[in-house]
Amino acid sequence: MTTLFYWRWPRWPWLFRPDGGTDYSRPGLTKVRNDSQKPAVNDSSAPAANATPVPKPVRQRRSQWLLLEFLGSMYLAITLLVVVAIASVIGTVLQQNQPYADYVLKLGPFWFEVFRGLGLYDIYGAAWFIGILAFLILSTSVCLYRQTPHLLREMNRFRTQVQLHSLRGFHQRAEWRLPERDPGAAQAEVTGVLRAWRYRWRVEDRDDHRIVAATKGRFSRLGYLFTHAAVVVIGIGGLLDGNLWLKLKEWRGEIVVETRDLMARDIPPISRLAPGAVPAFRGNVMLPEGSAANFVFLRMRDGFLLQELPFAIELLNFQVEYHTTGQPKSFLSQVRIHDQKHLGDQPLEAEIRVNHPLTYRGYTLYQSDFGDGGSNLELRVWPLTLPQAEPVAIQGAVGETLSISGPSGPLRLELDDFRLYNLLPELDSRPGDRKFRSFGPSFSFKLRDVAGEAREYFNYMAPVQMENRWFYISGMRDRPSAAFRYLHIPMDSNYSLERFLRFNARLRDTVGLRELLARSAPLADNADLQRDLDQVRLNLVELFVRGGFTAVIERSRAVVPAERLQDATTLYLNLLRDTLAEVFIEVLREEGVDLNEGVGEREEAFFNDAVSALTVLPEHGSPFFLQLTGFQQVEASGLQVTRSAVTRIVYAGFALLVIGIFIMFYTSHRRLWAWLAVEEGGTRLVVAGASNRRTAEFAGEFAAIQGALARRLGAPEAIGPAAATASPTVPPEAAADNRSGDRAPEFER
Amino acid sequence: MSVTREAMLEHWEHPSLWQRLTARDLIWALAVLVGSVGVWWVYRDLMDGYEIAIQIGSTLGLIVWGWYWRPAQVFVLVVALLTVTALWRYGADYELRHSDFLLKYILESQAAFMWMSALYVLATATYFVALFGRSEFVGQTATALTWSATAMGLTGLFVRWRESYYLLGADVGYIPVSNLYEVFILFAVITALLYLFYEDRHRTRAMGGFALLIISAAVAFLLWYTFEREAHHIQPLIPALQSYWMKIHVPANFIAYGGFALAAMLSVAYLLRLGAEKRRPEGLLARTLPPLDLLDDVMYRAIALGFVAFTIATILGALWAAEAWGGYWSWDPKETWALIVWLNYAAWLHLRMTKGWRGAPMAWWAIVGLFVTLFAFLGVNMFLSGLHSYGSL
Repeated sequence: MTTLFYWRWPRWPWLFRPDGGTDYSRPGLTKVRNDSQKPAVNDSSAPAANATPVPKPVRQRRSQWLLLEFLGSMYLAITLLVVVAIASVIGTVLQQNQPYADYVLKLGPFWFEVFRGLGLYDIYGAAWFIGILAFLILSTSVCLYRQTPHLLREMNRFRTQVQLHSLRGFHQRAEWRLPERDPGAAQAEVTGVLRAWRYRWRVEDRDDHRIVAATKGRFSRLGYLFTHAAVVVIGIGGLLDGNLWLKLKEWRGEIVVETRDLMARDIPPISRLAPGAVPAFRGNVMLPEGSAANFVFLRMRDGFLLQELPFAIELLNFQVEYHTTGQPKSFLSQVRIHDQKHLGDQPLEAEIRVNHPLTYRGYTLYQSDFGDGGSNLELRVWPLTLPQAEPVAIQGAVGETLSISGPSGPLRLELDDFRLYNLLPELDSRPGDRKFRSFGPSFSFKLRDVAGEAREYFNYMAPVQMENRWFYISGMRDRPSAAFRYLHIPMDSNYSLERFLRFNARLRDTVGLRELLARSAPLADNADLQRDLDQVRLNLVELFVRGGFTAVIERSRAVVPAERLQDATTLYLNLLRDTLAEVFIEVLREEGVDLNEGVGEREEAFFNDAVSALTVLPEHGSPFFLQLTGFQQVEASGLQVTRSAVTRIVYAGFALLVIGIFIMFYTSHRRLWAWLAVEEGGTRLVVAGASNRRTAEFAGEFAAIQGALARRLGAPEAIGPAAATASPTVPPEAAADNRSGDRAPEFER
Repeated sequence: MSVTREAMLEHWEHPSLWQRLTARDLIWALAVLVGSVGVWWVYRDLMDGYEIAIQIGSTLGLIVWGWYWRPAQVFVLVVALLTVTALWRYGADYELRHSDFLLKYILESQAAFMWMSALYVLATATYFVALFGRSEFVGQTATALTWSATAMGLTGLFVRWRESYYLLGADVGYIPVSNLYEVFILFAVITALLYLFYEDRHRTRAMGGFALLIISAAVAFLLWYTFEREAHHIQPLIPALQSYWMKIHVPANFIAYGGFALAAMLSVAYLLRLGAEKRRPEGLLARTLPPLDLLDDVMYRAIALGFVAFTIATILGALWAAEAWGGYWSWDPKETWALIVWLNYAAWLHLRMTKGWRGAPMAWWAIVGLFVTLFAFLGVNMFLSGLHSYGSL
């Protein structure tokens, strides 16, 4: 049994060296014995580092030792650690647990499959990753199992069997000849000093000498034990608190991940977990105000499981408080826990805030998210492609899908979200300015055509001031990953969209336009020419409303020879602009704006902004402008509910780790020996010492002890070279030193 | 009670910690206690139980720190004096910072940070002058500059703490370790204190220039961040950061970062000296750079201290995460990178302690370690998305 603990850790590669390790049949003294191989006694210039281990016959190994050797190999452990580190890095670079569709978009179909096969979308839950972690824990346990008995013995042992030449090989040593003292008197001085330095010692009479073997700080050996045990405890605890249980159930076929988008009540039993089915989980639920749930969803890969709770959570109220600067100050959910069995008819009321979770019967409820819980929106639908500007009022709640008829078939209007506050960086701010402005409420929606193609829109309720003008703003994107592109519709003097929309409608009213052009002052003398010109103007307007200025320029490019292109395009654009202006003036006149003094500055600015908006309107792509005219906000609070199996044990592991590391770095196990022998009517005294760590500090301590001893002994002349003393600048904690004397057995890997 | 000769001898030869304490040490302890009680008395309405526990812990820590390292006593007293002076000048009016001479030019937090920045850069240059000019006096000047810079930096942090209450209101002020701007100051101060400790214990100023180079780099970033990004404005805390854990988690982390940074800078010196010894053993570099075994030793000590602090900081972070994010470990990018940093230095320490690795490979590794740490500190916030994205640029 004992031999088990003295196998050495093999060198790279981590399988065995053919000659095996050194057999330390007397483990504690091995190093000292090695030192003694040197011929010179007083040779301090060549410390123990030069000593080579004596090869011993290879012991017959048994297969279980082979296994232990393999499992406990430090190099294997380091190799696996590197794998874990690389995998972890991948896990931080590749965002984890995203919808699979996003990965397909990002990676393409081929790499998507490869990555999925490797489990890279949930790397920390992948079987191979957990397997490696488990193996590392096993490896550390084996290491611990092999070393612990050894270090416990080291802790309690006084090494009295030390030889004189071993002591003389130590880095820290002193030797005196004491002519007028017997060993007993000398021993009294030695033990006096040892007591002053709080060493424990044992005295033994050997054949021809007396040995005082002392130790101090033996509990330093526990540092190894504590740290490595802590790693095992934390590792096992972490695995047990992870999704190991779910994996196990899935592997045994007891549960199936649900990937469809279902209501909670429609989820089949095979994807449901009863309360207590797994000891640890982390799930989420989004609760609208006034609703309750007795379940949470556990996200797994591209789907989820439903975890039932033994109680129901009712969200009474969710509120966000803001700082005066507009940043959120607190998120607060007021909840009521209903638990007939434990609370009876009196539900538990509590508040959950960020950093202040609620723990109830081993379940912990966290404030983790918030969103819209189905706010009611009142909308006005303004047609953008029709010759009239009459709005239709509709109502809907966030989360609903409405049907709405468009110019090219029915459209599905999906109301996605509502936000009460939009705090955005000031428009002219540079990054880091930290100037924010509130843009007021907004809502977002998708318009999906029969083919399933959708565009996403983001409209603000209130107009926004930019460069001293006011605009209604609508953002659009056709891919979820794209940035929004914005349409700025100028606000009229009634704070409304109407002037712009009437302008837009008039441009699409071909009959009205023709009449208007007929009424307006003729540009040509000839009636035929005038008719052709009017037709050109009508065509230009039509091109413009269908494709903006781009369409006009393109048409011009298509029909005009290259040498006249520049002039013709300028002419077309001027003609278009004049026509637009005429229509605009007509719109103003209808509105009753007094135009006797000409068009005012504000109207002119409006016209320019309106034309800018019109030219991006085709790209904006929506046949309507949806204006938010009223709302009734319903908020939802995202709660995270967790259950943890072994948190306390893991925390104990944390404590063990901290204590262990402190012991490792800031304590050391020190040994001192005093060898006393009768010699020519006096006593020969050899004192030597060694420390497993902090050798620089020990050198200082030894020097102090040596000095105190010398004073007590009447400062006799020391024999041989003085022990290495600690100089303040150069701590002799060098490689050679570390190998000399009493090296830490726990590091004997 | 009889005192034997033996007991007297023992006492004289090797006094215990209590026996070694001098009157000065006891006065120190008393002063810290009185100061701490005073602070508690003034601010008790703003503190919850955890924060009182943290204050008690800090008080005891401060006393022991002063006992363990005497120069810390003077330093703490100076910082306390400067801070109290600033608070006294402020009174109840934050706007005094524009008119009161002491505040405007010295003690207002921005002014203090500017002093700190200037003094650190000056100290860096002075250390190098002392090193190559072999001047004891210049060396002493460099040390004094470093101490002054550190005192200004720490004072600035304390004053900013108080200023946040003026600015944001009594219920939202916070300890200034919550964003990148503030922690960079903390980093400079802690790294300098670690360096000053080793300078004092090893009685050499040869390492100063190298240690302060990284602090100067931090100062350069800080100035860019202040003037280019205007990051110095005090902003209220987001809900996730409103926790007493921040008071211990962040400083613990920066002790670790300071230790790792110091080790990396000493590794640079180590490699320079090693190279110089190989190529031109009689050259200026080989003669003047700090000796290899000193560098090796301090490097080890800095990493060991950093490792201890990092372990504690990560554990504190895990405990906080259990309260804020729903679990002590979520494989969030910040957590994962903290684990990588921890494993990296654990491997470094294992190979040094068990295999006796020394020299250039370990120095290179310590430098690489700083980059890994830097990524965990900055890169994660800048390039990766996660829960811990508080300190983005």
